[in-house]
Formats: sequence, structure tokens, C-alpha cells
Amino acid sequence: MSAPVVPPADAAGAPDPARRSPRAITRARRRASAARFWAQFRRNRSGMTGLAVLAVFALAAVFAPVFFDRSSLDVTQATGLPFEPPSWEFPLGTDDVGRSVLALVVWGARISLVVGLAATVISMVIGTTIGIASGHYRGWFGGALDRLTDWFLVIPFLPLAIVLATVLGRSLLNIIIVIGVTSWPGTARLIRAQTLTVESRPYLERSRALGASNTHQMTRHVLPNVMPLVLANTTLAVSISILSETTLSFLGLGDPTTVSWGSILEQAFSSGAISQGAWWYLGAPGVCVVLVVLAFNLMGRAIEDILDPREA
Amino acid sequence: MSVLPDIATVPVREHPRTGTWSSPTLRYVVGRVLSAFGTLVFVVLFNFFLFRVMPGDPISLYTRGRAMDQDQLRALRSQLNAPLGQQLLEYLTNPFAGGVDSIRFNEPVWEVISPRVPATLLLVGTATVIATLVGVWLGIRSGWNRGGRFDKVSTSTTLVLYSMPEFWFGMIILIVFSVQLGWFPVGGLSTPGTDLGTPAGWLDVAWHLVLPVTTLAVIYFAEYSLIMRASILEERSQEYVQTARAKGLMDSVVRRRHAVPNALLPTMTLVFLNLGFVIGGAITIEYVFSIDGLGSLTVVALQGPDVPLLQALFLLFSAAVIVANLVADLLYGWFDPRVRT
Repeated sequence: MSAPVVPPADAAGAPDPARRSPRAITRARRRASAARFWAQFRRNRSGMTGLAVLAVFALAAVFAPVFFDRSSLDVTQATGLPFEPPSWEFPLGTDDVGRSVLALVVWGARISLVVGLAATVISMVIGTTIGIASGHYRGWFGGALDRLTDWFLVIPFLPLAIVLATVLGRSLLNIIIVIGVTSWPGTARLIRAQTLTVESRPYLERSRALGASNTHQMTRHVLPNVMPLVLANTTLAVSISILSETTLSFLGLGDPTTVSWGSILEQAFSSGAISQGAWWYLGAPGVCVVLVVLAFNLMGRAIEDILDPREA
Repeated sequence: MSVLPDIATVPVREHPRTGTWSSPTLRYVVGRVLSAFGTLVFVVLFNFFLFRVMPGDPISLYTRGRAMDQDQLRALRSQLNAPLGQQLLEYLTNPFAGGVDSIRFNEPVWEVISPRVPATLLLVGTATVIATLVGVWLGIRSGWNRGGRFDKVSTSTTLVLYSMPEFWFGMIILIVFSVQLGWFPVGGLSTPGTDLGTPAGWLDVAWHLVLPVTTLAVIYFAEYSLIMRASILEERSQEYVQTARAKGLMDSVVRRRHAVPNALLPTMTLVFLNLGFVIGGAITIEYVFSIDGLGSLTVVALQGPDVPLLQALFLLFSAAVIVANLVADLLYGWFDPRVRT
């Protein structure tokens, strides 16, 4: 019988794992999983294409004032003739008053992207909160939230958004609010289902047994576990928000003082670009919408594939 | 996953089924109907209160751009000053005709709405049927041979189509096929002066419908084929499909008789659930193609705004979607007995 081997106290000279704070461990683990995620995302060709397209549009939106002076949006300072086809001076032609369509589209990217992102944040916050709460609380409260989600899921989106936009009036903030508060039920449904599976795991039972409050359970245990799903869903939801902004602005419910891709399309349609055959005026903003929405969809699918590799 | 279901998880039926209307079925049907009714009540209440919390004087909102004499104004004011409970009761007993006329048309809202229903039904109905058939066919073909050339082309095309605003696609095909090529009319539902009762009249309507229906159908078959594809993939990995293959059945028989019927269920639910979005699409498509239906009427109503008309349209759209969902639920219960118990 040999003597039991006693490990040396500080053999490797590494910090004693027991001495690291739980917060540091969590942080290290999160950093590692983010790095793993990025490594997988980089290998996904369509996801990376989406990211690249998006980067181009984001740069154009941020540096819009560098490329085109604000005065290029001014109707009274239009430099071209109405409905000029694309040329060297106007690469995407001119609109019905002679402004450069390229300048309009670049400036429009700002509003379309801001509205799309901001509305998605609102929708995600509402959807995640209601989803987690309706999955966590078992009594009448959870049931009521679930019912509310069901109701909003059934109400047709565009008529509801039109009615709300009419009630609130036309401004940038209002269109963000309208899209945000009408598009959350899908997220809530998804998050609720995920919450229910998390709730049945033993560590939640343990946390309940130790007397954790509802808030603690929901924010420290359920939320971190539904977060990946929320992120994947966010990417897909941005594309829906951008499409919604375009549609509402096309119907004349956007902020009349700003230029977005939807409002350019509205202006083109009502000024008779179709009968003029001004394909560049209609085409340019639409192609931008399609590219950005497609980019978000491709990224969302790539993220979904990484998080849930069942289908990949 | 085990090959055989654990015997403890197989549900034991408490009431042996005696016929189609045995108690679980009845309970399912009654439950669905009650829940649809609850949703309808919610929409009616939501509609009622939303327009009453609108900022500003409701009288000026309701009467904008309309000449009214003092007696009419007084009548309207007393109507809107009545206790909320009483107003609600009046609204509930007749949400469409009760209250205020349409501002723009100076007629009861129902009389403005009803003549425009058939055009929208025709557009949405035709587009939904075509979108479903094409979407299901594409989804089966690309899902069954996943990764093949057909799948790659079809999946990337549908992703692009799915990312388009439908009205923009409509404007583009309008500019190409009507303005440049002149193959199809630029708008409307029929040539003025055609007798709609004759076969020539029907052909005329069909000719006018080609572009708007194509637009609406293209956007939605893209979505349906993505769902059908995912659903076929899901079924393809199930054990009963493996069994069918092991029996030596031909590939096409496994697909047609075994996988497709099960994969159709989720797609069918989506088709009905999506009806709300198709109606939304019809709003912009009717506007672009100048079809005088409920969608164009909505655009007219929001430009005033013609509040009473907008309120009634919102209620009608919601009610249509709720009823469609109820039908979908009942059909689902009929086709898939598992959900009934």
C-alpha cells in the first residue's frame, strides 16, 4: 500500500480556482461562449454576407452628411430636372422635383435603420417580459398574460398599426412606438415556451427551495437561459420592423418631415413615377429595403443554425 | 429518444369514444368557439376604448370636413356625452351601424363597406389559394431532396421574395408589364362599361386580376414554401417514414402517402393564421392597383382620418381573421385527432 498522493499546494502557479469570484467565472464563461459563437458564425457564408451588406448600409447611414449635404434633400434647392434617368451626375437619377435619388436613399437609410432597430428593442423588451412572466407565474396572472398574447397574436397587424398610428399622430417616435407595441406577441409566445422548459429544470426548484424571490428567479435564472433565443429572434424581428416602417410610411403614416425608404416610395407613387416609367425612382429605395431585410434574415438564420444545429 | 414510446406516457382515454361527437370532441369544439368569442369581445372593447382616448375634441374629429347644422351637432354631442356605460352598450348591440356615419361618404359605415367586400374577398381568396398550392408544391420538392439544385435555387429565391415589401413588388411588375410592355391593365378590377354577368366580363376581371393576385401570391408562397420545407424535413426524420421505407415502398409513395399528409398540418395552420397578414398585404396592393375594395377604403379612411369608417374596418378585418382562425382550429381538430383529447 502506497501513501496517498497529496497534491502540491501551488504546483502550476495558476490562481486558485476557488479564489476567483463567481462573477469573474461567469464573465470568463460568457467571453468563451461568445468567442465560440463568433468562430462558428464566421464559417457561415450567408450569415457573413448579411453582416457585410449590413455594414455597408450602416456606414452609409452614419456618414450620410459627409457624402451629401443636408440641402440635397431640400425641394427648393433641387439641382436636376424632374425624372432624369441615371447619369454620371445623378447615379440613381432624379425624383419628381429634381433631387438626386442617391442622396435621398442614403439619407433615408438613417430613418429606416433607426426606426427598425428602435422598434425591435421595444418589441423585444415587451415580448420577453410578458413571455417570461406568463411562463413563470402559474396562477391567474400568468393565464391573463397568456390570453393577452393570444388576442394580440390574432389581431391583424397592419390594420392595428394603421389604427394606432392614426390615434397617436404622425411623428418619428410614434411610428417606432406603433411598430414596437404591435409586433411583440410572436416573441412573447416563443419566450413563454422556452421559459416553461427552463422552469421545469432542477436548479429552479433548488432556487425556489432556497427562498429566491420571483424577480430573482426570473432575472437570474430564466432570463440568461432565454437570452440566446431572444437574440436570434431579434435579428429576424428587425427585418419585420423595417418592412413595417416601409409599409406604414408608404401609406403616409410616417413622419412627414423626414425621409425614409418608405416615404420615398410614397412620394414616387403619388407623383406618378409609375406612369412616367421612372424605374430608378421606385427601384432604388425598394432594392435597399430588400437588401437590408435580406441581410437581417440571413444573419438570423445563421444564428438560429448555430444555436439549434438540428437542421443544419 | 427511444424507439418505442414509454408505456407510461401513452395517454389513457377515460371515456371510450362512442362517435364523432363524444365528449372530448365536444369539449374541444366548445372550447375553441368560446375562446374565439372571447377574442372577439376583446377586439370590440379595444376598438371602443381606443377611439375614445384619442386626444382632442371627439366632435371635431368626427365631423372634420363635413357641414353639419346645429341640430345634428347637438344630437352627436349628446350621443358622445352619454355615460360611458350607455355608449358601450349601444356600441356592443350594433358595432357597425350604431353611432356616427362615415365622414367622407356621409353614409352609415356599413353601406360604405358592404359593396366593397366582394372585390377584396376575390383578391385575397384567389391569392391565398394560389400561394398555398404553389408554396406546398415547392416546399415538398425542395424539402424532400434537401441540398439538391432545386432546393438551393428555390430556397434562395423564396428568401429574396420573402424580404420584399409586397406593394413595392406590385409597383415593379406594374411598371414592367403594364406601363412598358402594355400586356395588362394599369389598375381597376374591370374595364368600365363591361357587363360582369357574361363570360366576357369574367374574363375581363380575370385579366385585371393577374398582376395584383400574382403580387400577393408570390410574397406568400415564398413564406409557405419555407414552412412546408421545414415541416417536410421534420417529418422525413420521423420513425414512421423509416418504417415505410423499410417496408420497401417507393420513394414517391413514402412522400405522398406518409410524409406529406402529416407535414401539411402545420402549413395549413399557418395559412389561416397568416390571413391577417394577407389582409394587410391587400391594403397596399389594392391601393397600388387602384382596386376599389376594403383595402383602398382603408387608405381613404386613414387620410382624413375618417374615424368611424376606420373603426368599422378594423373591427371587420379582426373579426374575419378570428373566424378564419376558428375554422382552422376546428379543421385541425378534425384532421389530427391528437389535439382533441
